[in-house]
Amino acid sequence: MTDAPIAAPGAGIGATGRALRRITGAAAPILTIVAGIIALWYIAVVPMNMHAAASQAERDGIPVAPDTAIARQELTGTSLALRNTGIIPQTFNQDRPRLPSPHQVAAELWDTIALKRVTSKRSLVYHGWVTVSATLLGFAIGTGLGILLAVGIVYSRAMDLSIMPWAIASQTVPILAVAPMVIVMLGAIGIQGLFPKAMIAAYLSFFPVVVGMVKGLRSPDAMQLDLLRTYSASRLQEFLKLRLPASAPYLFASLKIGIAASLVGTIVGELPTGARAGLGARMLVGDQFGQPLVAWAALFAAAIAAALLVGALALIERATLRRMGIAPA
Amino acid sequence: MPDGIGSQQEVPGQARDAASPVIEARALDLTFETNDGPVHALRDVNLTINAGDFVSFIGPSGCGKTTFLRVMAGLETPTAGEITVNGMTPDEARRARAYGYVFQAAGLYPWRTIARNIQLPLEIMGLSKSERQERTDRVLSLVDLEGFGGKYPWQLSGGMQQRASIARALAFDAEILLMDEPFGALDEIVRDKLNEELLDLWARTDKTIAFVTHSIPEAVFLSTRIVVMSPRPGRITDVIESPLPKERPLDIRDSREFIEIAHRVRDGLRAGHDG
Repeated sequence: MTDAPIAAPGAGIGATGRALRRITGAAAPILTIVAGIIALWYIAVVPMNMHAAASQAERDGIPVAPDTAIARQELTGTSLALRNTGIIPQTFNQDRPRLPSPHQVAAELWDTIALKRVTSKRSLVYHGWVTVSATLLGFAIGTGLGILLAVGIVYSRAMDLSIMPWAIASQTVPILAVAPMVIVMLGAIGIQGLFPKAMIAAYLSFFPVVVGMVKGLRSPDAMQLDLLRTYSASRLQEFLKLRLPASAPYLFASLKIGIAASLVGTIVGELPTGARAGLGARMLVGDQFGQPLVAWAALFAAAIAAALLVGALALIERATLRRMGIAPA
Repeated sequence: MPDGIGSQQEVPGQARDAASPVIEARALDLTFETNDGPVHALRDVNLTINAGDFVSFIGPSGCGKTTFLRVMAGLETPTAGEITVNGMTPDEARRARAYGYVFQAAGLYPWRTIARNIQLPLEIMGLSKSERQERTDRVLSLVDLEGFGGKYPWQLSGGMQQRASIARALAFDAEILLMDEPFGALDEIVRDKLNEELLDLWARTDKTIAFVTHSIPEAVFLSTRIVVMSPRPGRITDVIESPLPKERPLDIRDSREFIEIAHRVRDGLRAGHDG
């Protein structure tokens, strides 16, 4: 029979097994890359911290060549390391390293995420939540705004011509320049805390949503639109039954970019204002008070938060598209 | 409660009356303004399609056969001349949902199951859920797709998808079916099978069908009338009444009458090209 169904009943069996194999299959290359990065990182730590390690050794009475700090300044970290190979292990465990080594960052992360009480001002979970809550609020505002603008652009020619250039222009302005102004201006009219940061997050996240959503809403081809015309469908029906569901895959792609941009926006919003809480504040504290481990731990916490947020969206995407029948189960 | 399912849906009268005109075109002209100058898609087209007719439009690409079908559907507006569909303008007929339109591609929504795809026009018309369900079951069996309502389009072959799109066009019981090369993208074997099924469907439902094709055997096998068109400008060069009986098994294609009509169509196409 020429037109038998492509997928017979029961074709879904073995999907879990396949998924498992896919995960283990994907893990090997990822672990290889991670191992490579960590190795490079350790190598980079040696020259970065060599001068401090040599001075430390000199104070402890261990012979160092050359034997004065001024003479050592003439040398690069690498050549200093080659002359004093015995001191190299100490570069990995400096108290205030120029570049902390991976295990120091890992220990700091473990200490501030798992061992500190969540309410403690040193807990990264506390600071992470401050940042993530502003990120989520800003992401929600940005997404809502982005979808509304996209609908306007698709249905109104005037908006199509007028909004898009401004939306693009808005993204060419360096956010680092805009963020302090937004915080200061909103602060002047008495708005402080979560909301100003969320505004900056929204500012960064609305753009990918507009672009993706416009493309998604315009994705139905002429034939599909003609089909609805033959049914004499209203524009609202055209939107709800065709354009909106057709845009779902495009929207999710944009949301994943948008939420990462939101997190960056929130952290940028925390940096210039002397905020006392949030991952951005921790990065600033680490830099200003010579605690590189604090800054690095905050940096990694931000990366972990971004990965979790994007991962959560990917799960929602899979579930939604599968439920809609677009993605094969 | 009515006991008969389906039989009460059919509107008696007009459709049964074999002589009443359903689509009438008089001196139809359509010119597209393009950047390379005007394109005469249709020039002085005159045609009457009667209730119960199966009319095929055949011609090389650019002869205006699809444009003519789109004019009937109210999707294009003629620049001159008159056309009525069920006594109304095509636009009024479109608003009155007087016809079902089948496109070259099935165009099923990938996020809807086959049954929910068929229900799309019924949802837009605001039919109740039970009515939608009942009609969906009926048209699924008309196109021989019982049991596939819960499948998604990607789970079906191309031929089955096109059958589902025909079911979707049948679902709201319009008396006119406009079909634009519906089997053009399918292979020969599937196309033969669907041609047979379409004839069977036409015999059972008394629809009036306008059918665009570029296949001579398909046009001759299906039609009561074959309209031969030629390009630049798109115009009708010949209208052939088919002497073939309404009952047509596939092997009728080996009969003398069939071959004679096919010859005349081919001659018409050739003459159009030289002219």
